[in-house]
Amino acid sequence: MFQSRLMVGTGKYPDMDTMVRAIEASGAEVVTVAVRRVNLDRSKESSVLHFLDPKKIFLLANTAGCYTASDAIRYARLAREAGFNDFVKLEVIGDEETLLPDVAGLLEAAKVLVQEGFKVLAYTNEDLVTALRLEDAGCAAVMPLASPIGSGLGLLNPFSVRTIKRRLHVPVIVDAGVGTASDACVTMEQGVDGILMNTAIAAAQDPVAMAQAMRLATIAGRAAYLAGRMPRREVAMPSSPTRGMLD
Amino acid sequence: MDVVINGEHKRVALGASLLDVLSQLELDPRAVVVEHNRRIVRRPALGEVTVNEGDAIELVHFVGGG
Repeated sequence: MFQSRLMVGTGKYPDMDTMVRAIEASGAEVVTVAVRRVNLDRSKESSVLHFLDPKKIFLLANTAGCYTASDAIRYARLAREAGFNDFVKLEVIGDEETLLPDVAGLLEAAKVLVQEGFKVLAYTNEDLVTALRLEDAGCAAVMPLASPIGSGLGLLNPFSVRTIKRRLHVPVIVDAGVGTASDACVTMEQGVDGILMNTAIAAAQDPVAMAQAMRLATIAGRAAYLAGRMPRREVAMPSSPTRGMLD
Repeated sequence: MDVVINGEHKRVALGASLLDVLSQLELDPRAVVVEHNRRIVRRPALGEVTVNEGDAIELVHFVGGG
């Protein structure tokens, strides 16, 4: 279905032209968008859809900014009404400072939306049990965070992401907190199916160059994972022969 | 009559439909999603739904986001 394992957000770009060029450089085929009030003052910006071609790019609406299940459900329904697809990146936030998910609200919203026929991609935390519950609730994918949204801290808990990938049957796509290319590469090396990032590209000094770096890093990380890395050791093992040394 | 659109008080003509309201605001019906008193109104029905005094209308669209 999609060639690229890198998905990108459309927020926080300095301007729309940069956004369009960065998305192209990233090779992303799926981009996220948010649902917000139209600005009735006509002098302001128009919809991001003026700059994205829904025939070429898959639009994944999010429920960003929602702190309750009912808000998230409301926003998801509005997003679906725009008429592009039944997919939603479900976010139910529990804390304003960290933007960490509210697990109870998230599960509640996931169940309702799955029942209404949505394909739910759930933004979640590092907890395996939560990820399993989201899968049980019928989510199409689970999206554990690498670190808080917009933090650029990279993959803080590789073990938990590896564990989630090992145990779940639905796709696992890491979302949030990626900062630079090595973060994307390390994340993909855990074996996850994809990665979603926004700030890492949009807030880079040169977003288009960073988008290109991320494209390569995602490919490299996946390739390294499939190649099967060497084991880690606590002690050294020489790479050159130990025999045949001079007297 | 007075209605609330996107949280702002606005005046619309008596008997106006949601489609009329969009015209008044110079909005393309294909570019917005309409919620009327907390219920989503599908595009083909916009011309059939009459707006009443005090109604709460939300007009939303897609913007950039992560």
